[in-house]
Amino acid sequence: MIWQLDLLILLLVVACALAVITVKDLLSATIIFGVYSFLMCLLWAEMGAVDVAFTEATVGAGISTVLFIAAILRTNRRSKD
Amino acid sequence: MKRRLERAGGQQLGDSSIIKTSVRLLVPFVQLFGLYVIVHGHYSPGGGFQGGVALGASFILLALAYDLKTSIRHFSEGANALLANTGALIYTGVAALCAVMGGLFLDYSALDKLIPLGPIEWRSFGIFLVEVGVGLAVMSIMVSLFWDISSGGEMDEGL
Repeated sequence: MIWQLDLLILLLVVACALAVITVKDLLSATIIFGVYSFLMCLLWAEMGAVDVAFTEATVGAGISTVLFIAAILRTNRRSKD
Repeated sequence: MKRRLERAGGQQLGDSSIIKTSVRLLVPFVQLFGLYVIVHGHYSPGGGFQGGVALGASFILLALAYDLKTSIRHFSEGANALLANTGALIYTGVAALCAVMGGLFLDYSALDKLIPLGPIEWRSFGIFLVEVGVGLAVMSIMVSLFWDISSGGEMDEGL
C-alpha cells in the first residue's frame, strides 16, 4: 500500500463522483460513472482486495455502463413537464 | 469522394466494419477468459460471478457491435432461460444433495459418501461445481437483462 497513490486515486474518485451528479447530459454522466467504477477498481486492487476489484471491473465498469446506455436509449431528450 | 459519401449515407448510424471485425475477433477470447476465470475460481481471484459476467459481456458486445437479432441468433431466448434455470438448479442441487447425504447445507465433504474421493478433495470439487452453476446463471441473467432493457422487453429491435 502506497498512501500517496491511495490519496491520488481517492481524490480522483471524489472528483468523478461530483462530476457525475453535476453534469447535465445523461450520456456524459454514464461515461463518467464508468470512469468512477474503474478508479474504484484500481483502489480495491491497490489495497489488496483483488476479488472485489475484479467484480468492480466487470460489473461496475463493464455491464452497468452498458445497461445505463441501453436505458438512456429509451429516454427522450427533453422532459415533458 | 462523392461516391464515398453516398456509401456512408447508405450505412446505418454506428454501423462500422472496423468495430464489427474487431468484435468478431475479440468475442472468442473474451469467452475463453470467462471460462478460465470460472474454472480457476476456487484458488485464484475471480469465480462464478465474475466469469459469468465476462461470458455474458461477450454476447452483449456482439449485440452492441451488430444488432439485437444477431445476438439472439447466436444465443437464443430458449437456451437463455434453460441455462439460467440449469445454473440455479446446479447450485441448489449440489447444496441440497450435501444436506441429503447427511452433512450440512453446502457442506461438500458429505458428498464423499456418494463418490469416495476423500473429504478434502470433495471440498475443492464441490466449490467448482457450485461455481459452474453460478457462472451459467449469471451469464444468462446478464444477457437477458441487456436484451430486455435495450429493446423494452419486446426483443425485436434495440441497440
